[in-house]
Amino acid sequence: MSDKTVKFLIMRQDTPETAPYEEEFELDYRANMNVISALMEIRRSPVNAKGEATTPVTWEMNCLEEVCGACSMVINGKPRQACTALVDKLEQPIRLAPMKTFPVVRDLAVDRSRMFDALKRVKAWIPIDGTYDLGPGPRMPETKRQWAYELSKCMTCGVCLEACPNVNSKSDFIGPAPLSQVRLFNAHPTGAMNKEERLNALMEDGGLASCGNSQNCVQSCPKGIPLTTSIASLNRSTTFQAFKNFFGSDRV
Amino acid sequence: MAGSRSFNTRRLHSLLGVIPVGLFLLEHLVVNYFATKGAASFDNAADFMGNLPFRYILEAVVIFIPLYFHAIYGLYITFTAKNNTSRYGYFRNWMYLLQRVTGVITLIYVSWHVWETRIAAAFGAEVNYQMMADILSSPFMVAFYLIGVLSAVFHFSNGLWSFFVSWGLTVSPRSQRISTYVTMGVFVALAIVSVRTIFAFI
Repeated sequence: MSDKTVKFLIMRQDTPETAPYEEEFELDYRANMNVISALMEIRRSPVNAKGEATTPVTWEMNCLEEVCGACSMVINGKPRQACTALVDKLEQPIRLAPMKTFPVVRDLAVDRSRMFDALKRVKAWIPIDGTYDLGPGPRMPETKRQWAYELSKCMTCGVCLEACPNVNSKSDFIGPAPLSQVRLFNAHPTGAMNKEERLNALMEDGGLASCGNSQNCVQSCPKGIPLTTSIASLNRSTTFQAFKNFFGSDRV
Repeated sequence: MAGSRSFNTRRLHSLLGVIPVGLFLLEHLVVNYFATKGAASFDNAADFMGNLPFRYILEAVVIFIPLYFHAIYGLYITFTAKNNTSRYGYFRNWMYLLQRVTGVITLIYVSWHVWETRIAAAFGAEVNYQMMADILSSPFMVAFYLIGVLSAVFHFSNGLWSFFVSWGLTVSPRSQRISTYVTMGVFVALAIVSVRTIFAFI
């Protein structure tokens, strides 16, 4: 074992109501460590840098390959997934903090329920259930499928909400992720049959119009989803939808 | 369902910023530019504008009502934001912050400007070249006017950029990038016009 160590400054919080505090940890360096493996190391022997016994740090994780979004946290000031945050590529001391845009459950674990509620609000699904077999739906061109696949990479991780200056306690903005999902489901040939329902949901309070175009979301998205393109495209769709709603239309 | 109140208000805010407030700004800057051609030329133009028929209706409908609706709703938008340029120092995030800062400066400046000219006129002062020359005889007021006018011009130009996004005119990243260059070109051109006008009074 080399005597090289890794320093962590972790923002901790014991319960949702109590005040957060910072705790320092110093671990033995191992090759190819990531933030998750370091947190596991702390869990194995929860002793802080002063040598005092402490409680193990709480965090969420699941897939460990940046597709589930559960381990999102603020690492050295930027929200990202802990599983792909390699210790070798991070400046030390490595600062970990929860994504404060969401209610903190404990330490680095946050409650992202608002994102799932937002997906329900904008009807981010394709209704195909019925009382009889409707048969196959319309086919989707392959080029369009490839394009839609990029939008479908959203893992509801919450990084775009954390980076957005318009998602905060003073605003009811649902955030960029659910907006882009509307574009995904509206682009699907079967999903397009319920296009207007989703657009109208986006035009409710806290919807699309609350975007302020800071474009932090598209810069921060770990999956490279063209969030601001989706938003601008939905701006266009809702412009037409608003006129249709107001004046009526003979288009079915 | 014709969209929620906040959707319609936000879209109205975006529209009014360009039509009519932005158009009025352009008209105002163009007419004031007569000052570079001498006091008589400016007085002649100011006289023409000041004696337009239906002046009070025009002022209310084209300027004051849309302007203060845009300003007050804009303040609400500004104070529901939580700026984070220190953590996310991207170009567009800075423009987002500057748009809000220049909006607030413009509101303060325009309110003072209206007080000093239109309200003063209602109490009998005459709006002419001499009035502006007197105001701009103090170096403090020159600085205040420069900051105020440049803020207004920036807010208009960058506001055009977000107007194009908000109404879905510029969707692709490339169109938004081109729109950044064009609107910043508008800013530079209008900045030259307005600074030259201010210095024509000194």
